[in-house]
Amino acid sequence: MTVEHLAVSFGRTRVVDGVSISIEAGRTLGIVGESGCGKSVLSLSIMRLLAQPGRVTEGRIGFDGQDLLALPARAMRALRGREIAMIFQEPMTSLNPVHTVGFQIIEALRAHGAATDARATAIAALGRVRIPDAAAAMDKFPHQLSGGMRQRVMIAMAIACKPKLLIADEPTTALDVTVQAQILALLRELQAETGMGLILITHDLGVIAEMADEVAVMYAGKIVERAPAKNLFDDPQHPYTLGLLGSIPRLDLDRERLTAIEGTVPPPHAWPPGCRFTPRCPFAVTACEVAPPPLREVSSGVLGVGAPGHQAACIRAPL
Amino acid sequence: MILQAENLTKHYGPVRAVDGVSLHIARGETLALVGESGCGKSTTARLVLRLIEPTGGTIRFDGEDITRLPPGRLKPFRRRTGVVFQDPYASLNPRLRVGDTILEPMQVHGLGSAAEQRARMRELLGLVGLAPFHAERYPHEFSGGQRQRIGIARALAAGPELLVCDEPVSALDVTIQAQVINLLRDLQRRLGLATLFIAHDLGVVKHLADRVAVMYLGRIVELADKRSLFANPRHPYTRALLAAIPHPDPARRGMLRPLGGDLPSAANPPPGCRFHTRCPHATEICRRNDPPLLDGIACHHHRELPAMDMAYAGALSETATRRLARYADAASARSIGAAAERDA
Repeated sequence: MTVEHLAVSFGRTRVVDGVSISIEAGRTLGIVGESGCGKSVLSLSIMRLLAQPGRVTEGRIGFDGQDLLALPARAMRALRGREIAMIFQEPMTSLNPVHTVGFQIIEALRAHGAATDARATAIAALGRVRIPDAAAAMDKFPHQLSGGMRQRVMIAMAIACKPKLLIADEPTTALDVTVQAQILALLRELQAETGMGLILITHDLGVIAEMADEVAVMYAGKIVERAPAKNLFDDPQHPYTLGLLGSIPRLDLDRERLTAIEGTVPPPHAWPPGCRFTPRCPFAVTACEVAPPPLREVSSGVLGVGAPGHQAACIRAPL
Repeated sequence: MILQAENLTKHYGPVRAVDGVSLHIARGETLALVGESGCGKSTTARLVLRLIEPTGGTIRFDGEDITRLPPGRLKPFRRRTGVVFQDPYASLNPRLRVGDTILEPMQVHGLGSAAEQRARMRELLGLVGLAPFHAERYPHEFSGGQRQRIGIARALAAGPELLVCDEPVSALDVTIQAQVINLLRDLQRRLGLATLFIAHDLGVVKHLADRVAVMYLGRIVELADKRSLFANPRHPYTRALLAAIPHPDPARRGMLRPLGGDLPSAANPPPGCRFHTRCPHATEICRRNDPPLLDGIACHHHRELPAMDMAYAGALSETATRRLARYADAASARSIGAAAERDA
């Protein structure tokens, strides 16, 4: 999948502004950012599930040789779920509480034309997400399952049609850390089995380091840094990326204060004209307020000369 | 001791939510209570606050047994305790202005004159990093992080000696979480408050606690000083919690050790050691005998376990560490500059 210069507006407010990302089969792209950075709007746009008045105003989404934005609604419906699937943060609100798990998976399978032997396929899907006694789990209602098991059911539904791309929007944020580790391991195993591409959206740089091959850091509707995962952590360039790293509680240090970012993300209508991180950036100079900095190749030589594919939108980089 | 709880239990029918928990907190000390959803940590917090009635056990506050104190006589205790809840959206009255929300505890307990209360309210707003004009606003006008600051100001309003924080940062974005952790840390320092801090995140605990109690299925399984808990975690469950935390270090990829299985039901806890169904070290004795909490550890085999590989903690790269230090310096220079500008 290749997303080029995507812009999404709600009314006159542009909440995703010129975002380009790409992902290959079998790879994982991590998208990092806080609430309000536009990462979920981006993923909904890719699925063409954006609610009114949200609207893609610019850009192109290429998937497997097709232009998703140009596809007729019916073709998109056929592709959604079968070619590109999505899982969300809170499995309890994404599952129907009045139907059994089995009913819901079979319904999804039938919607995509797998009419024969849907029950066996559904049981197999539950088995693939390591749900013990999958046949018995078919007859359970969502409330009878733990949070981790519900997220496994969501993943089972998402991968039942063997999608080429899975978009996971904060899939482990609501889970306990031990369950999160199980789900991350599961996603990695499934990816190795099926060769699907994975877009993992999270605010947790720990999860990114664990999972992603490439990383895009988003702030206020724009990508501010993009790099292979190793480069991002070994050689972080954008002040916002540094602030995110500094905000993580750490087990390896015995310091008491965290290096927090001051203030909060401004709402879209209040985004400043220059670099949008300027009001919170400790490195900001007058030039930062003038024009939005372009996303450009950066290299400080930390990883050898010209580590390829590392871009940052900061006129002060490398810091 | 500001708080001493002995052998607390809370049963809901067959469910043993809390099943024999003893803990104490000294003045000025922070005890963290850590565990997964359903381990009984929030129930324990509600028990020691007398928000729910214990099935058994005793609670002493500043030496006085308050376990069976009738609701009518709890008011002095209420004034001396403050609570910060997890969800800053659900725990503030949407129809009260922020100033009134902070004034309310002082009014309920009749602390000072109206003018003194208003002065204290403004002081509290400043203490949690908000401005005096925020007093006139309503909760919906604030972000999640700011609401949690308001919740903290309200919890401190009556001048409590014990603060109970029930997952105060779990619902916040990571950068806002860092701000609130720093705020709580600074308040602990300035006010010398005793705190019971409920968390599921051991990283957060490392920044805020003096001692840590790890709970599993209604029981404390390990209780230790923060330093020794993180340097030498003894219980297999504590180790499993630590080994499951993902770190911002791609070199450690694939080293997460997920704990197998799900938390068993508290209505039907396993016999013997409750952790034995998920424990990699379990033997016959673990399936038979329930290990007591002795010397801060409830495990039959803790002496025989090999030391935990401390690589679990991960680390940032040299370059990232250096740039982060520069970031911290620039940020503090900037906030000093901004303060000087305000004063001028």
